[in-house]
Amino acid sequence: MSLVSRLAADVDQAFPDLVQTLQDQVFSGALRITASRADAEDITQETFVRAYRALCDYPPDRIRALKLPGWIWTIALNLCRNRARSLARHPVTADNGRLVAHADSRPGPEDVAAWREPPLAGPLATLPDPMRVAVVLRHVAGLSYPELAQVLDRPEGTVKADVHRGLERLRQLLRDPPAPQSTPSLSEVTP
Amino acid sequence: MSSGSLIDDLEALRTAAPPTVLPAVLVRTGLADGYVTRPGLIGRLRVAFNERGVSACEPADEAYDAAGFERRFLEHFGRPAVPVSDVPGRLAGPLDRALATGRIGQLPIDLRGTGDFQRAVLEKAAEIGPGEIRPYSWIAREIGKPRAVRAVGTALGRNPIPILIPCHRVVRTDGRIGNYGFGTAMKRSLLSAEGVDPDEVEALASRGVRYVGSDTTHVYCHPTCRGARRVTAAHRVAFRSAREAAAAGYRPCRQCRPEPAAA
Repeated sequence: MSLVSRLAADVDQAFPDLVQTLQDQVFSGALRITASRADAEDITQETFVRAYRALCDYPPDRIRALKLPGWIWTIALNLCRNRARSLARHPVTADNGRLVAHADSRPGPEDVAAWREPPLAGPLATLPDPMRVAVVLRHVAGLSYPELAQVLDRPEGTVKADVHRGLERLRQLLRDPPAPQSTPSLSEVTP
Repeated sequence: MSSGSLIDDLEALRTAAPPTVLPAVLVRTGLADGYVTRPGLIGRLRVAFNERGVSACEPADEAYDAAGFERRFLEHFGRPAVPVSDVPGRLAGPLDRALATGRIGQLPIDLRGTGDFQRAVLEKAAEIGPGEIRPYSWIAREIGKPRAVRAVGTALGRNPIPILIPCHRVVRTDGRIGNYGFGTAMKRSLLSAEGVDPDEVEALASRGVRYVGSDTTHVYCHPTCRGARRVTAAHRVAFRSAREAAAAGYRPCRQCRPEPAAA
């Protein structure tokens, strides 16, 4: 029986499977969109808590009709965007008791230093938002183009173009990295 | 870098969600209770909780391991208990205070699944402060079911939150320490850590002493009542029953409310 059918039959019973099936892709995607492990973990948690509450309210027919990865990502991406907006409005926030300063949603030097990031993480974090989100959802989270179109609520052709432009920009950044002082997070990948 | 390897490298950014995500989600949705391990008065304790409050407690030692705790929890409550790193803020302070003081205080507790009678018994037991003990018959009388002494014992035996709800402070009606879910040895250790001398309790019981009074105030108490413990040996009078105390012109203590003579 498919996961949506099991969710439609008994949300409480099937919900842990939903989390287990999708938590890695939600976390991985949120990590590359927010560039913060703490935020990505919070967003992953909150995504599934909201999904559970919604599933409890939905009639079984509506649950059976859900396209799961896309639906979950609609919730997750909203949370990522809310977080970016609140960071823009309150550049310095107390986050879990520790004071963090963000100029934008990209990683600060301390975020990058704290984790041994893969070489691609730095350049990816410097892509402008729409391209980065499209590339991350397609190739890190592993969504299909139809799913991507569902999540971003845009035509498939448009999201495809965003992904391609994002990949192109990424190749450019890898060939020709900007000077380290302007983006400290890139210092690690400078050849 | 070729197109293929860039996409491979992007896919390699896929990483496992932290193992804390699933437990936290299950706890927040009420599908599981979370539990933490905290130092208690003697040894460590596992304390489970959910949105409503603390739901279970057990010693955490060789005899009571995490797997056993999780299995018993699932059997008893029909939902899993999962280890989490932190207690939610709302519970954290009251739990620390309850563990430090031996009093439940403001700690929210979840007693769903217990009937009205058991709940009344447990709430009454929670009124007994550390360093004091009361007999089963006292609880039965206090909750207005003086004949239900045996049922009180059963209700306490099924206490889902032992130690925090101090059923170890309830003893047999003849004054002996009696049984305990985690063994009599642990009951004695808990009482002695709280300042009750278990040997003295047993000694009084074997002499048939149920109450002690002060010959200056002419008030009689349970032997571990704070009032009774202030009475010096020279003024201390032992009674084998409420009737004996009443016959000697003593009245029951208003703090520990021992059995009145008329009952």
